[in-house]
Amino acid sequence: MPFAWNLPYLSVFLAMVTAILLSVLPGAKKAYWLTVGVSAAVTIMSLVFLVFIVRADASYAFTMGKFPAPFGNEIKFGPLQGLFASVFAAVMCLSLLGGREELFEDVDEKKMGLACVMFNMILASLLVLTYTNDAFTAYVFIEISTIAACALVMIKDSGPTLVATIRYLFMSLLGSGLFLFSVILLYAITGHLLMPQLTGSVAKLMADGSYAKVIALILAMMTAGLGVKSAMFPFHRWLPDAHGTATTTSSAVLSGLVVKGYAVLLMTMYCRVFTLDTVRSFHIHDAVFALGFCGMILGSVMALRETHAKRMLAYSSVAQLGYVFMGIGLGTPAGIAAACFQILAHAFTKPLLFVSVGRLASAVGHDKQLRALRGTAWSCPLAGLGFGIGALSMMGIPLFGGFAAKVNFSTASIFGDEKIALTLFVLALSSILNALYYLPAVINIWSDRRPDAVKAEKDVTATAAIILLACGVLFLGLRFTPVMDLIVRGLELM
Amino acid sequence: MLSLIIDNRFAIAAVILFVTGFANMMLHPNLIKKVVSFNIMDSATFLLLASRGMIAGRTAAILTDGGADPSRYVNPIPAGLVLTGIVVSVSVSAFSLALIQRLYDAYGSVDLRDILEAMKKKGE
Repeated sequence: MPFAWNLPYLSVFLAMVTAILLSVLPGAKKAYWLTVGVSAAVTIMSLVFLVFIVRADASYAFTMGKFPAPFGNEIKFGPLQGLFASVFAAVMCLSLLGGREELFEDVDEKKMGLACVMFNMILASLLVLTYTNDAFTAYVFIEISTIAACALVMIKDSGPTLVATIRYLFMSLLGSGLFLFSVILLYAITGHLLMPQLTGSVAKLMADGSYAKVIALILAMMTAGLGVKSAMFPFHRWLPDAHGTATTTSSAVLSGLVVKGYAVLLMTMYCRVFTLDTVRSFHIHDAVFALGFCGMILGSVMALRETHAKRMLAYSSVAQLGYVFMGIGLGTPAGIAAACFQILAHAFTKPLLFVSVGRLASAVGHDKQLRALRGTAWSCPLAGLGFGIGALSMMGIPLFGGFAAKVNFSTASIFGDEKIALTLFVLALSSILNALYYLPAVINIWSDRRPDAVKAEKDVTATAAIILLACGVLFLGLRFTPVMDLIVRGLELM
Repeated sequence: MLSLIIDNRFAIAAVILFVTGFANMMLHPNLIKKVVSFNIMDSATFLLLASRGMIAGRTAAILTDGGADPSRYVNPIPAGLVLTGIVVSVSVSAFSLALIQRLYDAYGSVDLRDILEAMKKKGE
């Protein structure tokens, strides 16, 4: 076994050990830089692993502990998992760098170490949700990421963030409760928790037709549970408060990454355990498509009415997650691949927007009302440019990642046998709606300079983060064919 | 029909408890009651798991008198899962109770409606 196959496990281990160490290590600055270092290290490890796994062109199950399957615990990785892990870790690192100034302002110095514990825990749970080959491990890490994500919202420790956290927490607990119940039912009818064994048992049960209703119920509960957690319409109500009030780094991490982890798990469950044929035979994918469809339109409509910049971005996340669910709802491998690409594109774009807004608002005393941000781009041109790139990508202008995502969705729908008209219609409508609120926001920040706006202080880390995130968006927009090929191959090897 | 109900009594109880917990958690404005409902919901899952894992006439998988015959014992994994689940639900309950205490300090209530009203008054 080449050493590179140990890297996924080691990256999870590194993040978790750092989290445990940070709970006792003193020093706010040290904790922050250690966390940045760990996420950078995990990025490099995942990228090295990605190169090896793409060359090997295969996927492997990695057993931990001394018990082999079907008793022990496993992770399974292929090119797709490597790609997700690299992007998640990279965006995590860049979000931490981009929101540094505001993070130190918003978080009590004594509690910085604990905040960093949560960032490491989020990273670990994102990696596990991507890699895991065991349904119960997935549940445990769903709960870990719930607690860590809620803690990241409340680290600002103001009244509104506390209220947002409690709503987020209870919605999340409903979701994980549903997921747990579905996993237990699955265990009750199959006697397995490891995904390969589950796949075999589910296929057998589907073939002889017994327990078909139970499997349909399990699928519905799992979809609803993970849907609540990744803000699928109509369970999105918690998202704008939680993502809109938190500090910049938290918003970027939550909107760009955390909600995606559950969507990735849902796709793994669909493709690896249940197979798309089973999902289609119960018409679960139609429900997912319909909810994604509503989310895309209503998320944008609500963003249109918003006057607070970060809440507007949060509602836009609801719409963008609608795209992901629409892709899953197409029920074809091409649809899932398009959804994977959308996850990557949004993982770069949304943190770019949040970090840019954070920088722009620092020129006007951290007031994030759209009105207050008028003309602030002149105080910090790079952040203005970053916001522009992010907004253009969201609207689906060629050259940027969002455009490539929309192209992939359109082609996926054309090669599917149904829903072509609906998909194309909602893509067009949603692009127009996106333009309706992103374009005025861009014009707003680039309009006449405000007399009282101070020039933003120099912040090297934020500058680097904005440039790198923008590069990610441009890369996905310009070189999307190889990325798409990698995703399609990864899905075949799932 | 009656035998079906008696055979599945644990599963039926679990479903009733789960739905009770779920509905209360979604609809009740009192935050403490939400935490209680969450625990009811999780206990329902553990009940289902423990009852499915038990086979009448067998004992827990602990070797006492040297008999290693697997047909005398039940599968220990469901019990292990219940334990893991309890750990998770205890930590989540602790976290939410701590959060509710912070909210009570800030707004003087554990009722979500009152808290939202107080928030409006403060203009936040």
